[in-house]
Amino acid sequence: MHKARTLIILLSALLLVAIPVVAQDKAQLTPPEGFTAFDTPNDIGNSISLVWRASASNQEGVNYIVYAAPSETGPWIEQTRVLSTLGYKSDAPQYFGLAKENESWHFCEITGIKKDINDENPLPVTATTYFKLSVSNGIDIIEFPGIVSAAPAGNWFDTSKLNVLIFVSIFSILILYFISLARKNPNLFIRHIPGLDAIEETIGRATEMGRPILYLNGLLDMSSLSTIASTSILGKVARKVANYDSQIMVPCYDPIVMSVCQEVVKESYAEAGRPDAFKEDNIFFITNDQFAYAAAVDGIIMRHKPAANLFMGYYYAESLLIAETGVATGAMQIAGTDAITQLPFFITTCDYTLMGEELYAASAYLSREPLQLGSLKGQDYSKGFIILVLIIGTIASTAGSAFFINLFRTF
Amino acid sequence: MDSTIIGGWIAAGLTLFMFSSLYKDNPFYRFGEHLYLGLSVGYVILKVIYANIIGGLYKPLFEDHQYLLIIPTILGLSLYTRFFPKIAWISRITFAFIVGYGSGLTIPRIIAGGIFQQIEKVITPLGKNGAAWWDIFSGIIIVIGVASVLIYFFFSVEHKGIINKISRVGIYFVMIAFGASFGYTVMARMSLLIGRSYDLIEFATPKYYYASIVLLVLIVLILILYETMRKKEEGSENNA
Repeated sequence: MHKARTLIILLSALLLVAIPVVAQDKAQLTPPEGFTAFDTPNDIGNSISLVWRASASNQEGVNYIVYAAPSETGPWIEQTRVLSTLGYKSDAPQYFGLAKENESWHFCEITGIKKDINDENPLPVTATTYFKLSVSNGIDIIEFPGIVSAAPAGNWFDTSKLNVLIFVSIFSILILYFISLARKNPNLFIRHIPGLDAIEETIGRATEMGRPILYLNGLLDMSSLSTIASTSILGKVARKVANYDSQIMVPCYDPIVMSVCQEVVKESYAEAGRPDAFKEDNIFFITNDQFAYAAAVDGIIMRHKPAANLFMGYYYAESLLIAETGVATGAMQIAGTDAITQLPFFITTCDYTLMGEELYAASAYLSREPLQLGSLKGQDYSKGFIILVLIIGTIASTAGSAFFINLFRTF
Repeated sequence: MDSTIIGGWIAAGLTLFMFSSLYKDNPFYRFGEHLYLGLSVGYVILKVIYANIIGGLYKPLFEDHQYLLIIPTILGLSLYTRFFPKIAWISRITFAFIVGYGSGLTIPRIIAGGIFQQIEKVITPLGKNGAAWWDIFSGIIIVIGVASVLIYFFFSVEHKGIINKISRVGIYFVMIAFGASFGYTVMARMSLLIGRSYDLIEFATPKYYYASIVLLVLIVLILILYETMRKKEEGSENNA
């Protein structure tokens, strides 16, 4: 009897505590305000964005429920639930920027419309769609009084990339200015590049040894900057080879690069006054399979034992295979590549290495082409600008200003 | 005989042929090299015919009636005008198209990913309230590293005096980065070698009738015979 009385007292106490808690939740559930639908900015026209002001009832366990319908009259299908503690406009700065008030607005992006609540393959949003919003604490549901609608549309301009456009424009103007300057004065100053002196040395060595020079253009096609730079250097090398009456072999990975190389070398031999010494068969296509190409080049190196190997252009994993074989045959090797991941291998296996931009610089230095010279100069000034931004930006951000960080933010 | 066993013998043999180049250039390596080269060219040609010409052009054009494909077809074919000097200029239209769309896609991506993201990461505050001294120190090192490396790749001024000193610092940073990259990749290459070694060990089991061991012995014996005969020939030529 005593036990039963105690149990009744305990249950009554529990009820007294629980009832106000449920009542409090119900009291806190306020309808969301400012519910709006609009076409998602900066997209290709495949989504609609919904925003609403964070409700006073935001807390753990409270969800916003989004319903959609093809017309104002329905049928209304639940599309998604947004946790009241998550899903803010500030989570999508690519659409809404970095304004502080974004932290008090909820955001939901609708990219597909479900036919029923369990639909796992929603249809893409293509036409005007109607939306309703309600807030729920798991017990009660309060609806936003009103229906909103929007239709998706593609955007021609992605405003989140405006900063990129501005900087590309500034850099382009700089480069164009220096190209025009280089056209007027092709003797614009470019610092000496040590690896270039070695090229003449290698050609001399090959002539003395009576062995050929092997020249590779890398694995990219003619649209690549490194291949363009490489063929430009090839022209200068071939001219020196013709002068020394030595031989040059150019096994190519790409047939178009091969035909360009044939023209370049032929022209260089003609410029050197030795058109008769030009052998078209020395510039040949192998294959455009990476490792088969590497195996073939290794075979050429082992059989012909070139006195010098010049690797200019863009390379992938075959770089070490080729350069290592060159070392084994005792050839003098010079490499030039903008493939950052392959540079360590060339540095360890070659006598000289032109790193990254040095390849372009070497090409501009040798050719004195206004286009290359101007580009190099323009890039130099761009680098100067970046160094300045790094120093000022670091000082500013350390002092508490996020201006520079936001300026270079990408989405 | 099971095709798996035949495959095992071929794989073990070709692997050993390629490894034989570690000795020096020899007929086994040459056979492996030429076979690999021939197969790769044949494979690429078939891939182009089936994937590009039939799958990418013929079927969509004649079966699905996607007539817009005629435009890229003409652009592609015009590249071959390079072989006819009088009309070679036509290929420039295609090249202009390739370079144009390539630049349009690549430049913004490089500026955003390669420059902006780097700048954003570098110019972070050197120390917030309560930041560890190590965070401040590494922040300073990153700024110095990036700036000095950029100065090394500055071609408009001679590397003399202070510029030379700063660029030397830059090259140390570059070399440290390359060292790390080298070590990482060498480890990856080692795993490839271990993979091939595992295969050779498997092919050396009774299941494959000791393929690796038999082929290795045969290759070594033939190479010894080949070298002996070659030296004899060279000797008789020299004597003559």
